[in-house]
Amino acid sequence: MTTLQPPAGVARRPDRPPKRDRRSWTGWGFIGPFAVVFAFVFLAPIAYSIYLSLFRDKLIGGTSFVGLDNYKQALQDDQFWSSLERVSLFLLIQVPIMLGIALLVALALDSGRLYGRNFFRISIFLPYAVPAVVATLMWGFMYGTRFGLVGDINSAFDVTLPDPLSADLVLASIGNIVTWEFVGYNMLIFYSALRVIPSSLYEAAEIDGAGQIRIISAIKLPAIRGALVIATIFSIIGSFQLFNEPSILRPLARNAITTDYTPNFYTYSLSFNGQQHNYSAAVAIIMGLITMVIAYVVQLRGMRKGA
Amino acid sequence: MSSTSSPVTTASQPPSAQSGGSKNTPRLRTRRKHTPGRPKRSVLLTVLTGLIMLYTVVPLVWLVISATKTQDGLATSSGLWFSHKFALWENIHDTFTYHDGIFVRWLLNTLLYVVLGAGGATLLAILGGYALAKFNFPGKRAVFAVVIGAVAVPGTALAVPTFLMFSKMGLTDTPWAVIIPSLVSPFGLYLMWVFATEAIPTELMEAARIDGAGEIRTFFQVAMPLLAPGTVTVLLFTTVATWNNYFLPLIMLKDPNWYPLTLGLDAWNSQAQTIGGDVIFNLVITGSLLTIVPLIAAFLLLQKYWQSGLAAGSVKE
Repeated sequence: MTTLQPPAGVARRPDRPPKRDRRSWTGWGFIGPFAVVFAFVFLAPIAYSIYLSLFRDKLIGGTSFVGLDNYKQALQDDQFWSSLERVSLFLLIQVPIMLGIALLVALALDSGRLYGRNFFRISIFLPYAVPAVVATLMWGFMYGTRFGLVGDINSAFDVTLPDPLSADLVLASIGNIVTWEFVGYNMLIFYSALRVIPSSLYEAAEIDGAGQIRIISAIKLPAIRGALVIATIFSIIGSFQLFNEPSILRPLARNAITTDYTPNFYTYSLSFNGQQHNYSAAVAIIMGLITMVIAYVVQLRGMRKGA
Repeated sequence: MSSTSSPVTTASQPPSAQSGGSKNTPRLRTRRKHTPGRPKRSVLLTVLTGLIMLYTVVPLVWLVISATKTQDGLATSSGLWFSHKFALWENIHDTFTYHDGIFVRWLLNTLLYVVLGAGGATLLAILGGYALAKFNFPGKRAVFAVVIGAVAVPGTALAVPTFLMFSKMGLTDTPWAVIIPSLVSPFGLYLMWVFATEAIPTELMEAARIDGAGEIRTFFQVAMPLLAPGTVTVLLFTTVATWNNYFLPLIMLKDPNWYPLTLGLDAWNSQAQTIGGDVIFNLVITGSLLTIVPLIAAFLLLQKYWQSGLAAGSVKE
């Protein structure tokens, strides 16, 4: 490779290493393995899903091409819309609470005003290492009145708390589990971003007489906007994909959590209990598109504001 | 940054990834010393943050305490204090031996999925990240755009077609159905890309080549050692993803002999809810504790590595 380089002294842009100027296929040797597996587990299923969504299994005549009929059906499907409404409500309430707490803790850690900062940081992060299955089982037990904390509180204070697993409250109870699982992870993302703000900015602000609140609003928050946007997008994707928590909690709250509780649960039930693979594929693609559009809009807006 | 074409360009700061991850914290600490008027510690703020910490830690305390109780003790004693009988060792013994030791089998399965899935994912991410960071090759921008775009595709849209594809190939109900999809970690690729850009000086690669090293040798002898802190981070996060995976095995596996721990615990729990099923909540709880201990230990032991690696990713991300 090096033999192709012009001899020293020949003019070439000095600010770039020579290697960068030439394209070669060498890089493919390294990214090739990733690309092959990626094509197999990401691109092929997406293509196959689109293909499937255009067909329908009929009792008589087998599988036939139906064009966009599955999509039409999905758009008029009340079960689909009510599940989408449910996760949207979840998203609008749970995500701001979770990210808000995470941001407050990150700012508190970064302020240097805490005793035992490292201890707090690692303790609040710990739930991230707990599998969703374990987290949900655990909270499910605690929600219960038999050997749960709710029962404890009821007897200790002689009150009757509303049942967290009742139809009215189960969505909030799921929200609590998800918040518990991911508040520390998001905190760490924000905290890492706060740590790399150059200290010269703070010094300048202090000389100008800026207080803590002003430093947070004028320096810290704008500086970590990228991290905030990414965390929001991941949380949106997470909310729309909600499956594990309702699915694992369902045995405890069978009347409150139906098999079409979330869009993901609905597509799962259609495919694996109803054998409606084609229709399920169409619903999943619609959900995928909605998720991508919202994530994209959030990203554009988040980046533009005040940038 | 002006571009908004991909999430990756959202950072307003250059990445702070250094070659030595452990150097991160001390450097930041010295920064604070130079800040005029070092902030006074606040009891009020500590107490408020302490409340959040109670929220995250109390359920784990509940889990540890509950794992020491018998089935009866669980029902009759308070959730946050021990019952009269301390049955932790008994519970652990029963968890490992119940149903001919199926829990051990699930543990070994999980380890297999983690070693091959997370290990493979990390290896592919290192190779790919190195390529993106240090080579200019045809289709590079396309590769990057496709990978970033795919991250936004919900797992839902993929699960069913992947199942049907694998089913036609006879891969469902085999370990491969869990391992192969685990091999791709777009987040890992991204993290390694950012990390490799910072950690490997191009001049060093040039020097190795001039000395006659081939590409493979340059990679193993020059690049790999410099990538170690990033590798630990990616390995830890892909391990968590594989260890905690539930949805994919749920779809792909029918035979309980291939279950990972997560699916096994869920099965034990559901069994107690069915009529006539053996009620083993004490084993579900003890099994849950045993499932999270290795990961929490890994996070605590490797703290300084993964925190600096994550800082590298979160900034530019």
